[in-house]
Amino acid sequence: MALLRSIAIPSNKTPTLARTARSLTTATLPPLPYSYDALEPVISSEIMMLHHQKHHQTYVTNYNSALELLHTAMDKGDVSAVIGLQSAVKFNGGGHINHSIFWKNLRPVNAGESEPPHKKLGWQIDADFGSFNALISKMNAEGAALQGSGWVWLAFDKEFNRLKVETTANQDPLVTKGATLVPLLGIDVWEHAYYLQYKNVKVEYLKNIWKVINWEYAGEVYEKEAQ
Amino acid sequence: MALKSVFSRKTLAPALRHYRSVTTFTLPDLPYDYGALEPAISGEIMRLHHQKHHQTYVTNYNKALEQLDAAVSKGDAKGVVQLQSALKFNGGGHVNHSIFWQNLKPISEGGGEPPHGVLGWAIDKDFGSLEALVKKINSEGAALQGSGWVWLALDKEQKILKVETTPNQDPLVTKGASLVPLLGIDVWEHAYYLQYKNVRPDYLTNIWKVINWKYASEVYEKESA
Repeated sequence: MALLRSIAIPSNKTPTLARTARSLTTATLPPLPYSYDALEPVISSEIMMLHHQKHHQTYVTNYNSALELLHTAMDKGDVSAVIGLQSAVKFNGGGHINHSIFWKNLRPVNAGESEPPHKKLGWQIDADFGSFNALISKMNAEGAALQGSGWVWLAFDKEFNRLKVETTANQDPLVTKGATLVPLLGIDVWEHAYYLQYKNVKVEYLKNIWKVINWEYAGEVYEKEAQ
Repeated sequence: MALKSVFSRKTLAPALRHYRSVTTFTLPDLPYDYGALEPAISGEIMRLHHQKHHQTYVTNYNKALEQLDAAVSKGDAKGVVQLQSALKFNGGGHVNHSIFWQNLKPISEGGGEPPHGVLGWAIDKDFGSLEALVKKINSEGAALQGSGWVWLALDKEQKILKVETTPNQDPLVTKGASLVPLLGIDVWEHAYYLQYKNVRPDYLTNIWKVINWKYASEVYEKESA
Protein backbone atom coordinates (compact mmCIF):
# COMPACT_ATOMS: atom_id res chain seq x y z
CA MET A 1 0.00 0.00 0.00
CA ALA A 2 2.63 2.50 1.12
CA LEU A 3 4.86 1.72 -1.92
CA LEU A 4 2.06 2.16 -4.44
CA ARG A 5 0.98 5.36 -2.81
CA SER A 6 4.38 6.97 -2.91
CA ILE A 7 4.59 6.37 -6.64
CA ALA A 8 1.10 7.53 -7.40
CA ILE A 9 1.11 10.57 -5.15
CA PRO A 10 4.44 12.35 -4.63
CA SER A 11 4.65 12.51 -0.88
CA ASN A 12 6.73 15.65 -0.72
CA LYS A 13 4.16 17.69 -2.61
CA THR A 14 1.37 19.48 -0.85
CA PRO A 15 -2.16 18.89 -2.12
CA THR A 16 -2.43 22.52 -3.27
CA LEU A 17 0.14 21.96 -6.01
CA ALA A 18 -2.07 20.01 -8.41
CA ARG A 19 0.09 18.26 -10.91
CA THR A 20 -1.39 17.68 -14.32
CA ALA A 21 0.49 16.05 -17.12
CA ARG A 22 0.65 18.36 -20.15
CA SER A 23 1.89 17.40 -23.53
CA LEU A 24 3.86 19.74 -25.73
CA THR A 25 2.86 20.04 -29.37
CA THR A 26 5.71 21.59 -31.28
CA ALA A 27 5.43 23.45 -34.55
CA THR A 28 6.93 22.37 -37.85
CA LEU A 29 7.79 24.31 -40.99
CA PRO A 30 4.97 23.76 -43.50
CA PRO A 31 6.15 22.91 -47.01
CA LEU A 32 5.65 25.53 -49.70
CA PRO A 33 2.71 24.59 -51.99
CA TYR A 34 4.87 25.46 -55.03
CA SER A 35 8.53 25.55 -56.03
CA TYR A 36 10.81 28.41 -54.96
CA ASP A 37 10.94 29.86 -58.48
CA ALA A 38 7.19 29.59 -59.13
CA LEU A 39 6.52 33.25 -58.29
CA GLU A 40 9.20 34.69 -60.59
CA PRO A 41 9.53 37.39 -61.76
CA VAL A 42 7.24 38.87 -59.12
CA ILE A 43 9.13 37.41 -56.17
CA SER A 44 12.54 35.93 -56.87
CA SER A 45 13.38 32.34 -56.00
CA GLU A 46 16.29 33.59 -53.89
CA ILE A 47 13.88 35.55 -51.71
CA MET A 48 11.39 32.66 -51.49
CA MET A 49 14.12 30.23 -50.48
CA LEU A 50 15.60 32.47 -47.77
CA HIS A 51 12.16 33.54 -46.59
CA HIS A 52 10.95 29.96 -46.17
CA GLN A 53 14.08 28.00 -45.24
CA LYS A 54 15.72 30.63 -43.06
CA HIS A 55 13.26 33.21 -41.74
CA HIS A 56 10.16 31.04 -41.28
CA GLN A 57 12.25 28.08 -40.11
CA THR A 58 13.90 30.28 -37.46
CA TYR A 59 10.51 31.38 -36.15
CA VAL A 60 9.46 27.71 -35.91
CA THR A 61 12.70 26.70 -34.16
CA ASN A 62 12.60 29.59 -31.71
CA TYR A 63 8.87 29.13 -31.03
CA ASN A 64 9.52 25.51 -30.12
CA SER A 65 12.38 26.58 -27.80
CA ALA A 66 10.12 29.12 -26.16
CA LEU A 67 7.40 26.49 -25.74
CA GLU A 68 9.84 24.09 -24.04
CA LEU A 69 10.96 26.83 -21.67
CA LEU A 70 7.33 27.80 -21.06
CA HIS A 71 6.50 24.18 -20.28
CA THR A 72 9.31 24.00 -17.72
CA ALA A 73 8.39 27.34 -16.18
CA MET A 74 4.77 26.28 -15.82
CA ASP A 75 5.86 23.00 -14.22
CA LYS A 76 7.93 24.89 -11.67
CA GLY A 77 5.16 27.43 -11.08
CA ASP A 78 7.66 30.13 -12.06
CA VAL A 79 5.32 33.03 -12.84
CA SER A 80 8.13 35.50 -13.63
CA ALA A 81 9.59 33.16 -16.19
CA VAL A 82 6.20 32.45 -17.76
CA ILE A 83 5.64 36.17 -18.22
CA GLY A 84 9.21 36.74 -19.33
CA LEU A 85 8.68 34.24 -22.14
CA GLN A 86 5.60 35.94 -23.60
CA SER A 87 7.64 38.21 -25.86
CA ALA A 88 9.44 35.25 -27.46
CA VAL A 89 6.17 33.33 -27.77
CA LYS A 90 4.39 36.25 -29.46
CA PHE A 91 7.25 37.10 -31.79
CA ASN A 92 8.14 33.60 -32.91
CA GLY A 93 4.65 32.12 -32.69
CA GLY A 94 3.35 35.11 -34.59
CA GLY A 95 6.08 34.72 -37.18
CA HIS A 96 5.07 31.10 -37.67
CA ILE A 97 1.36 31.89 -37.93
CA ASN A 98 1.81 34.83 -40.27
CA HIS A 99 4.15 33.11 -42.68
CA SER A 100 2.00 29.96 -42.75
CA ILE A 101 -0.87 32.14 -43.97
CA PHE A 102 1.39 34.03 -46.38
CA TRP A 103 2.50 30.96 -48.35
CA LYS A 104 -1.16 30.13 -48.95
CA ASN A 105 -1.88 33.73 -49.98
CA LEU A 106 0.46 33.35 -52.97
CA ARG A 107 0.06 31.26 -56.08
CA PRO A 108 2.36 30.38 -59.00
CA VAL A 109 2.57 32.64 -62.02
CA ASN A 110 1.93 29.69 -64.34
CA ALA A 111 -1.43 29.07 -62.71
CA GLY A 112 -2.68 31.87 -64.92
CA GLU A 113 -3.42 35.50 -64.30
CA SER A 114 -4.50 36.26 -60.76
CA GLU A 115 -8.16 37.05 -61.17
CA PRO A 116 -9.98 39.37 -58.81
CA PRO A 117 -12.43 37.55 -56.59
CA HIS A 118 -15.93 36.91 -57.87
CA LYS A 119 -19.06 35.90 -56.05
CA LYS A 120 -19.41 36.57 -52.35
CA LEU A 121 -15.98 37.97 -51.52
CA GLY A 122 -16.07 40.12 -54.66
CA TRP A 123 -19.43 41.58 -53.68
CA GLN A 124 -18.29 42.20 -50.11
CA ILE A 125 -15.20 44.02 -51.41
CA ASP A 126 -17.39 46.25 -53.58
CA ALA A 127 -19.74 46.87 -50.65
CA ASP A 128 -17.00 47.71 -48.15
CA PHE A 129 -14.42 49.49 -50.33
CA GLY A 130 -16.34 50.63 -53.43
CA SER A 131 -14.28 48.61 -55.85
CA PHE A 132 -11.54 46.02 -56.09
CA ASN A 133 -9.05 48.70 -57.20
CA ALA A 134 -9.95 50.87 -54.21
CA LEU A 135 -9.08 47.96 -51.91
CA ILE A 136 -5.72 47.42 -53.64
CA SER A 137 -4.93 51.14 -53.39
CA LYS A 138 -5.74 51.16 -49.71
CA MET A 139 -3.66 48.09 -48.90
CA ASN A 140 -0.72 49.40 -50.89
CA ALA A 141 -0.93 52.80 -49.19
CA GLU A 142 -1.06 51.26 -45.70
CA GLY A 143 1.71 48.83 -46.53
CA ALA A 144 3.93 51.59 -47.89
CA ALA A 145 3.28 53.82 -44.89
CA LEU A 146 3.99 51.15 -42.29
CA GLN A 147 6.89 52.31 -40.14
CA GLY A 148 9.48 49.60 -39.54
CA SER A 149 8.61 45.92 -39.94
CA GLY A 150 5.14 44.44 -40.10
CA TRP A 151 2.23 43.13 -42.15
CA VAL A 152 -0.74 44.59 -44.01
CA TRP A 153 -3.91 42.52 -43.89
CA LEU A 154 -7.24 42.13 -45.61
CA ALA A 155 -9.32 41.09 -42.64
CA PHE A 156 -12.86 39.90 -42.15
CA ASP A 157 -14.44 41.18 -38.96
CA LYS A 158 -16.78 38.41 -37.85
CA GLU A 159 -18.56 40.62 -35.35
CA PHE A 160 -19.43 43.45 -37.72
CA ASN A 161 -19.62 41.23 -40.83
CA ARG A 162 -17.36 43.50 -42.82
CA LEU A 163 -13.96 43.62 -44.43
CA LYS A 164 -11.17 45.80 -43.09
CA VAL A 165 -7.62 46.71 -43.97
CA GLU A 166 -5.37 46.44 -40.93
CA THR A 167 -1.65 46.54 -40.22
CA THR A 168 0.29 44.81 -37.49
CA ALA A 169 3.80 45.58 -36.25
CA ASN A 170 6.67 43.10 -36.35
CA GLN A 171 5.20 39.57 -36.14
CA ASP A 172 2.06 40.48 -34.26
CA PRO A 173 -0.73 38.28 -35.63
CA LEU A 174 -3.93 39.91 -36.87
CA VAL A 175 -5.88 38.91 -33.74
CA THR A 176 -3.86 41.43 -31.75
CA LYS A 177 -5.82 44.12 -33.57
CA GLY A 178 -9.16 42.53 -32.66
CA ALA A 179 -10.32 39.13 -31.43
CA THR A 180 -13.01 38.94 -34.14
CA LEU A 181 -10.64 39.61 -37.06
CA VAL A 182 -9.96 36.74 -39.48
CA PRO A 183 -7.02 37.06 -41.90
CA LEU A 184 -8.00 36.59 -45.54
CA LEU A 185 -4.78 37.97 -47.02
CA GLY A 186 -1.54 39.11 -45.41
CA ILE A 187 1.32 40.86 -47.17
CA ASP A 188 4.71 40.73 -45.47
CA VAL A 189 6.33 44.18 -45.61
CA TRP A 190 9.44 43.30 -43.60
CA GLU A 191 12.45 44.29 -45.70
CA HIS A 192 13.52 40.63 -46.00
CA ALA A 193 10.32 40.01 -48.01
CA TYR A 194 11.49 42.17 -50.92
CA TYR A 195 14.87 43.84 -50.45
CA LEU A 196 17.11 41.51 -52.48
CA GLN A 197 14.94 42.20 -55.53
CA TYR A 198 13.25 45.56 -55.01
CA LYS A 199 15.87 47.20 -52.73
CA ASN A 200 14.36 50.20 -50.92
CA VAL A 201 11.42 50.49 -53.36
CA LYS A 202 8.73 48.84 -51.21
CA VAL A 203 5.98 50.37 -53.38
CA GLU A 204 7.14 48.39 -56.45
CA TYR A 205 6.97 45.15 -54.45
CA LEU A 206 3.44 46.01 -53.32
CA LYS A 207 2.36 46.92 -56.85
CA ASN A 208 3.67 43.64 -58.25
CA ILE A 209 2.64 41.16 -55.56
CA TRP A 210 -1.00 41.37 -56.65
CA LYS A 211 -0.04 39.38 -59.75
CA VAL A 212 0.54 36.33 -57.54
CA ILE A 213 -2.14 36.77 -54.90
CA ASN A 214 -4.31 33.69 -54.35
CA TRP A 215 -7.83 35.09 -54.24
CA GLU A 216 -9.28 31.58 -54.29
CA TYR A 217 -7.82 30.92 -50.85
CA ALA A 218 -9.10 34.27 -49.55
CA GLY A 219 -12.56 33.46 -50.93
CA GLU A 220 -12.59 30.05 -49.23
CA VAL A 221 -11.70 31.50 -45.83
CA TYR A 222 -14.25 34.29 -46.26
CA GLU A 223 -17.08 31.94 -47.18
CA LYS A 224 -16.29 29.65 -44.28
CA GLU A 225 -16.21 32.50 -41.72
CA ALA A 226 -19.00 34.65 -43.12
CA GLN A 227 -21.77 32.13 -42.52
CA MET B 1 -2.84 108.52 -33.57
CA ALA B 2 -2.36 106.19 -36.55
CA LEU B 3 1.05 105.38 -35.19
CA LYS B 4 -0.47 104.33 -31.90
CA SER B 5 -2.70 101.70 -33.46
CA VAL B 6 0.23 100.26 -35.34
CA PHE B 7 2.27 99.90 -32.20
CA SER B 8 -0.59 99.02 -29.91
CA ARG B 9 -0.53 95.47 -28.52
CA LYS B 10 -4.33 95.41 -28.99
CA THR B 11 -3.95 94.69 -32.68
CA LEU B 12 -1.91 91.56 -31.91
CA ALA B 13 -3.86 90.16 -28.95
CA PRO B 14 -5.52 87.74 -28.27
CA ALA B 15 -3.96 85.57 -30.99
CA LEU B 16 -0.32 86.30 -30.48
CA ARG B 17 1.32 85.82 -33.83
CA HIS B 18 4.96 84.82 -34.02
CA TYR B 19 6.82 84.62 -37.24
CA ARG B 20 8.55 81.31 -37.82
CA SER B 21 10.51 80.04 -40.71
CA VAL B 22 11.00 76.37 -41.28
CA THR B 23 14.60 75.25 -41.07
CA THR B 24 14.89 72.37 -43.47
CA PHE B 25 17.52 69.69 -43.39
CA THR B 26 19.90 68.25 -45.93
CA LEU B 27 21.52 64.89 -46.32
CA PRO B 28 24.98 65.08 -44.72
CA ASP B 29 27.87 63.88 -46.87
CA LEU B 30 29.47 60.58 -46.05
CA PRO B 31 32.98 61.23 -44.63
CA TYR B 32 34.38 58.39 -46.82
CA ASP B 33 33.67 56.63 -50.13
CA TYR B 34 30.83 54.17 -50.45
CA GLY B 35 33.30 51.31 -50.92
CA ALA B 36 35.61 52.38 -48.09
CA LEU B 37 34.07 50.08 -45.47
CA GLU B 38 34.46 46.90 -47.52
CA PRO B 39 34.46 44.04 -46.83
CA ALA B 40 32.67 44.71 -43.54
CA ILE B 41 29.87 46.64 -45.25
CA SER B 42 29.52 46.51 -49.03
CA GLY B 43 29.62 49.60 -51.24
CA GLU B 44 26.18 48.70 -52.59
CA ILE B 45 24.67 48.77 -49.11
CA MET B 46 26.39 52.03 -48.19
CA ARG B 47 25.19 53.72 -51.37
CA LEU B 48 21.54 52.61 -50.99
CA HIS B 49 21.60 53.27 -47.26
CA HIS B 50 22.85 56.85 -47.72
CA GLN B 51 21.34 57.95 -51.05
CA LYS B 52 17.97 56.22 -50.70
CA HIS B 53 17.08 55.43 -47.10
CA HIS B 54 18.65 58.40 -45.32
CA GLN B 55 17.71 60.79 -48.13
CA THR B 56 14.08 59.63 -47.88
CA TYR B 57 14.03 60.34 -44.14
CA VAL B 58 15.40 63.84 -44.83
CA THR B 59 12.88 64.51 -47.61
CA ASN B 60 9.94 63.25 -45.58
CA TYR B 61 11.07 65.05 -42.43
CA ASN B 62 11.20 68.35 -44.32
CA LYS B 63 7.71 67.66 -45.69
CA ALA B 64 6.40 66.93 -42.20
CA LEU B 65 8.02 70.13 -40.89
CA GLU B 66 6.33 72.23 -43.57
CA GLN B 67 2.99 70.60 -42.76
CA LEU B 68 3.62 71.17 -39.05
CA ASP B 69 4.34 74.83 -39.71
CA ALA B 70 1.08 75.20 -41.60
CA ALA B 71 -0.91 73.40 -38.90
CA VAL B 72 0.64 75.52 -36.14
CA SER B 73 -0.07 78.70 -38.11
CA LYS B 74 -3.72 77.71 -38.52
CA GLY B 75 -4.03 76.68 -34.89
CA ASP B 76 -4.93 73.17 -36.07
CA ALA B 77 -4.20 71.16 -32.93
CA LYS B 78 -5.48 67.91 -34.40
CA GLY B 79 -3.22 68.32 -37.42
CA VAL B 80 -0.24 69.09 -35.18
CA VAL B 81 -0.80 65.95 -33.12
CA GLN B 82 -1.33 63.77 -36.20
CA LEU B 83 2.01 64.86 -37.61
CA GLN B 84 3.98 63.65 -34.58
CA SER B 85 4.33 60.10 -35.94
CA ALA B 86 5.84 61.31 -39.23
CA LEU B 87 8.09 63.74 -37.36
CA LYS B 88 9.39 61.10 -34.97
CA PHE B 89 9.91 58.46 -37.66
CA ASN B 90 11.57 60.65 -40.27
CA GLY B 91 13.28 63.05 -37.89
CA GLY B 92 14.51 60.07 -35.91
CA GLY B 93 15.70 58.41 -39.10
CA HIS B 94 17.68 61.54 -39.97
CA VAL B 95 19.15 61.91 -36.47
CA ASN B 96 20.09 58.25 -36.17
CA HIS B 97 21.71 57.88 -39.58
CA SER B 98 23.64 61.12 -39.19
CA ILE B 99 25.22 59.65 -36.05
CA PHE B 100 25.73 56.27 -37.75
CA TRP B 101 27.91 57.64 -40.58
CA GLN B 102 30.19 59.19 -37.91
CA ASN B 103 30.28 55.89 -36.02
CA LEU B 104 31.93 54.16 -38.99
CA LYS B 105 35.41 54.67 -40.38
CA PRO B 106 37.54 52.92 -42.99
CA ILE B 107 40.12 50.57 -41.47
CA SER B 108 42.85 52.60 -43.19
CA GLU B 109 41.71 55.66 -41.22
CA GLY B 110 41.55 53.99 -37.82
CA GLY B 111 38.25 52.13 -38.07
CA GLY B 112 38.15 49.26 -35.60
CA GLU B 113 40.91 50.57 -33.32
CA PRO B 114 39.84 49.97 -29.71
CA PRO B 115 39.08 52.96 -27.49
CA HIS B 116 41.87 54.28 -25.30
CA GLY B 117 41.88 56.91 -22.61
CA VAL B 118 38.88 57.78 -20.51
CA LEU B 119 36.29 55.93 -22.61
CA GLY B 120 38.37 52.75 -22.47
CA TRP B 121 38.53 52.97 -18.69
CA ALA B 122 34.80 53.72 -18.43
CA ILE B 123 34.04 50.64 -20.54
CA ASP B 124 36.18 48.46 -18.28
CA LYS B 125 34.51 49.93 -15.22
CA ASP B 126 30.94 49.55 -16.43
CA PHE B 127 31.17 46.30 -18.45
CA GLY B 128 34.33 44.56 -17.24
CA SER B 129 36.05 44.64 -20.62
CA LEU B 130 35.64 45.76 -24.22
CA GLU B 131 34.91 42.15 -25.20
CA ALA B 132 32.08 42.02 -22.68
CA LEU B 133 30.62 45.25 -24.06
CA VAL B 134 30.82 44.04 -27.66
CA LYS B 135 29.21 40.74 -26.67
CA LYS B 136 26.36 42.56 -24.93
CA ILE B 137 25.74 44.94 -27.84
CA ASN B 138 25.79 42.03 -30.31
CA SER B 139 23.42 39.96 -28.23
CA GLU B 140 20.95 42.84 -27.79
CA GLY B 141 21.21 43.69 -31.47
CA ALA B 142 20.60 40.11 -32.53
CA ALA B 143 17.63 39.76 -30.18
CA LEU B 144 15.93 42.97 -31.29
CA GLN B 145 12.52 42.08 -32.68
CA GLY B 146 11.76 43.79 -35.97
CA SER B 147 13.61 46.98 -36.95
CA GLY B 148 15.63 49.22 -34.68
CA TRP B 149 18.98 50.29 -33.29
CA VAL B 150 21.34 49.12 -30.60
CA TRP B 151 23.25 51.86 -28.77
CA LEU B 152 26.23 52.43 -26.54
CA ALA B 153 24.92 55.29 -24.44
CA LEU B 154 26.31 57.61 -21.80
CA ASP B 155 23.82 58.37 -19.07
CA LYS B 156 24.87 61.91 -18.17
CA GLU B 157 22.82 61.92 -14.99
CA GLN B 158 24.01 58.62 -13.52
CA LYS B 159 27.47 58.99 -15.09
CA ILE B 160 27.44 55.44 -16.39
CA LEU B 161 27.61 53.72 -19.77
CA LYS B 162 24.63 51.67 -20.88
CA VAL B 163 23.57 49.44 -23.75
CA GLU B 164 20.12 50.38 -25.02
CA THR B 165 17.92 49.47 -27.95
CA THR B 166 15.29 51.56 -29.68
CA PRO B 167 12.60 50.30 -32.09
CA ASN B 168 12.17 51.57 -35.64
CA GLN B 169 13.71 55.07 -35.90
CA ASP B 170 13.15 56.13 -32.32
CA PRO B 171 16.16 58.20 -31.27
CA LEU B 172 18.05 57.24 -28.11
CA VAL B 173 16.53 60.10 -26.09
CA THR B 174 13.19 58.27 -26.19
CA LYS B 175 14.75 55.78 -23.76
CA GLY B 176 15.88 58.55 -21.39
CA ALA B 177 16.37 62.30 -21.61
CA SER B 178 19.84 62.06 -20.07
CA LEU B 179 21.12 59.47 -22.57
CA VAL B 180 23.79 60.53 -25.07
CA PRO B 181 24.51 58.29 -28.07
CA LEU B 182 28.19 57.33 -28.36
CA LEU B 183 27.67 54.53 -30.89
CA GLY B 184 24.60 53.32 -32.70
CA ILE B 185 24.34 50.21 -34.84
CA ASP B 186 21.50 50.05 -37.35
CA VAL B 187 19.89 46.59 -37.23
CA TRP B 188 17.13 47.28 -39.77
CA GLU B 189 17.39 44.60 -42.46
CA HIS B 190 18.31 47.21 -45.08
CA ALA B 191 21.56 47.81 -43.15
CA TYR B 192 22.91 44.32 -43.90
CA TYR B 193 20.57 42.09 -45.93
CA LEU B 194 22.11 42.43 -49.40
CA GLN B 195 25.40 41.15 -47.99
CA TYR B 196 24.62 39.09 -44.92
CA LYS B 197 21.07 37.95 -45.84
CA ASN B 198 19.24 36.71 -42.73
CA VAL B 199 22.46 36.27 -40.72
CA ARG B 200 22.33 39.43 -38.61
CA PRO B 201 24.84 38.06 -36.07
CA ASP B 202 27.54 37.94 -38.81
CA TYR B 203 26.88 41.60 -39.65
CA LEU B 204 27.20 42.47 -35.96
CA THR B 205 30.43 40.47 -35.61
CA ASN B 206 31.98 42.20 -38.62
CA ILE B 207 30.87 45.80 -38.09
CA TRP B 208 33.32 46.21 -35.19
CA LYS B 209 36.16 46.20 -37.75
CA VAL B 210 34.98 49.60 -38.96
CA ILE B 211 33.65 51.17 -35.78
CA ASN B 212 35.00 54.66 -35.16
CA TRP B 213 35.92 54.59 -31.48
CA LYS B 214 37.67 57.95 -31.84
CA TYR B 215 34.33 59.67 -32.47
CA ALA B 216 32.73 57.81 -29.55
CA SER B 217 35.60 58.94 -27.30
CA GLU B 218 35.26 62.57 -28.38
CA VAL B 219 31.54 62.60 -27.60
CA TYR B 220 32.14 60.81 -24.29
CA GLU B 221 34.83 63.25 -23.17
CA LYS B 222 32.75 66.25 -24.15
CA GLU B 223 29.59 65.04 -22.42
CA SER B 224 31.17 63.67 -19.27
CA ALA B 225 33.14 66.84 -18.56
